[in-house]
Amino acid sequence: MNTYEPPIFELSGSGKVGASLPAVGVPTSELPSELLRTDDLQGLPELSETEVVRHFTRISQRNFCIDTGMYPLGSCTMKYNPKIHEEAARLPGFAHIHPLQDEASVQGALRLSYELQQLLAEIAGFDEVCLQPAAGAQGEFAGILVFRAYHLDRGDEQRDEVLCPNSAHGTNPATAAMVGFKVIEIATDARGNVDLADLRAKVGPRTAGLMLTNPNTLGLFDEHVQEVAQIVHDAGGLMYGDGANFNAILGIVRPGDVGFDFMHYNLHKTFTTPHGGGGPGCGAVGCKAFLAPYLPGPIIHHENGQYTRYVPEKSIGRVKSFMGNFGMFVRAYTYIRMLGAAGLREISENAVLNANYLRVKLQDVYPVAYDRPCMHEVVLQGKLKDAPDIHTLDIAKRLIDFGFHPPTVYFPISVAEAIMIEPTETESKQNLDAFIAAMRQIAHEAVETPEVLHAAPTTTPVRRLDEVGAARKPVLKYDRAAIAALRGQAASTDDQIVRPTY
Amino acid sequence: MDYQTPQDRQYTKSHEWVKIDGSTATVGISDYAQHALGDIVFVELPDVGASFGVGDAFGVVESVKAASDVYLPVSGEIIEINEALLDAPETVNSDPYGAGWLAKVQLSADASDLLDPATYAQHVAEEASK
Repeated sequence: MNTYEPPIFELSGSGKVGASLPAVGVPTSELPSELLRTDDLQGLPELSETEVVRHFTRISQRNFCIDTGMYPLGSCTMKYNPKIHEEAARLPGFAHIHPLQDEASVQGALRLSYELQQLLAEIAGFDEVCLQPAAGAQGEFAGILVFRAYHLDRGDEQRDEVLCPNSAHGTNPATAAMVGFKVIEIATDARGNVDLADLRAKVGPRTAGLMLTNPNTLGLFDEHVQEVAQIVHDAGGLMYGDGANFNAILGIVRPGDVGFDFMHYNLHKTFTTPHGGGGPGCGAVGCKAFLAPYLPGPIIHHENGQYTRYVPEKSIGRVKSFMGNFGMFVRAYTYIRMLGAAGLREISENAVLNANYLRVKLQDVYPVAYDRPCMHEVVLQGKLKDAPDIHTLDIAKRLIDFGFHPPTVYFPISVAEAIMIEPTETESKQNLDAFIAAMRQIAHEAVETPEVLHAAPTTTPVRRLDEVGAARKPVLKYDRAAIAALRGQAASTDDQIVRPTY
Repeated sequence: MDYQTPQDRQYTKSHEWVKIDGSTATVGISDYAQHALGDIVFVELPDVGASFGVGDAFGVVESVKAASDVYLPVSGEIIEINEALLDAPETVNSDPYGAGWLAKVQLSADASDLLDPATYAQHVAEEASK
């Protein structure tokens, strides 16, 4: 089954149809010639229903997902999404409602949203939560707009800088720049924490805030997070928490208790709503009471047994239509309710344990960027002894042949040849051991048979893709002649493409 | 691995080089930088006439692995950019100290805090061993 699937246009055959239409009862006429396609596609593809179903089924089977294998993509928290979430989200009272319905007729949905706000606020130590942002980056965008609104509202107009440690998520500096702030990078110290001396040198009256991902993208919990918060607060700045790595500290640390003023939650990571391939996501945001008047809206309010929607008085406005992605609220709520407080803590304990298990079992072969216990993910380096021509990319590609999705590679950029592995709490010890065995086997091959790694992957429908060529000379439009030419080149090497047969 | 560090110019800790000639300077990225980035697929350069201070990000080099800001080792106004790189970014890989230069700058102040070739080579050796 592991064969190349051509574009549907190449499966077309003149006259094949997938539907039987009634006989035409009126005279027919041709379309005006100026409306007819003359390009390479020569019209829409013509296929039978069987062929269409097979084509798309085959493509779906090429998909590697968390339901087919381990997906240790660092920083992404690719953990199993319990199927009961789908049952809950499909209940008619949740699935068959409309945001423009009268509030009185959707009290259950509003109650669930309200209780989720309360749960998220409690879990992270905040006073108010808005569920509207559709993704982490949108939550960040909302948060930095709230910081801006807060400072301007107080007449504090000179704050035009946002500090971002170089261990932050890439979206943090992008967010600050998008809102119009100047991004100031803060160095990392020898233990992987924010460099306090560099922070003290760069913080000041122009600091609007600092964006901290904690645990950071090195998989390390910042050991002086409270001191970082103190320094920023003393300068009049605010603390933004990127909750992308919240999966590591549930029930153990509440960001609101250690100095964060605002945070986004990734319901599609930490709280197991579907993620990747379009989600849709939810980047709910939480904050301390003094920032609540600026939150986006609507937020759900509960009084006298009634649930209603309101927009805060000084709100930055909507960041998404209606309530956001309501189906995700149902899934995250189900998850939190099923696990309870003790279960949430156990999730983080196991996520951290699994990452450290991998670290300890691999660190004699793959150098560890920072030699200290990690949190939910570990950053190794693809620098193998006696294998100078093997790079992280080769190791990642070879993992595909062993049936694993490659980890995040070349990120964080502060670590040379980074391999960032996040196993999550939902992998069994057997799976972790299989992954360890594969990584050790690859390290062995790197020395003994490096050509195997350079050729990887070899078990996929297509071989090593020319990523440099694709970036330098992208082919952005379907071009039958160009593809035929590329295929001719491939056929002349051992990269034979096996055509499917029907 | 040995990286080239020509003697006729100065360097920064962030791996740019600068060659000062009177009141103008030519800047680019070092051999170590191009090697660490890998195959460069895109170069973004500033507008001619734009002014930058020391350490300001004035351009971006992007490889398959990562996109990296390039910081100006000196302060001044951009008087010329290497437009050939827009169509052939791989030149930065093949000739970082020659045809792969990024921009020319009219200096607005005397340069300071630059590394001489020997000091930079030592810095690279430390970075490469990490």
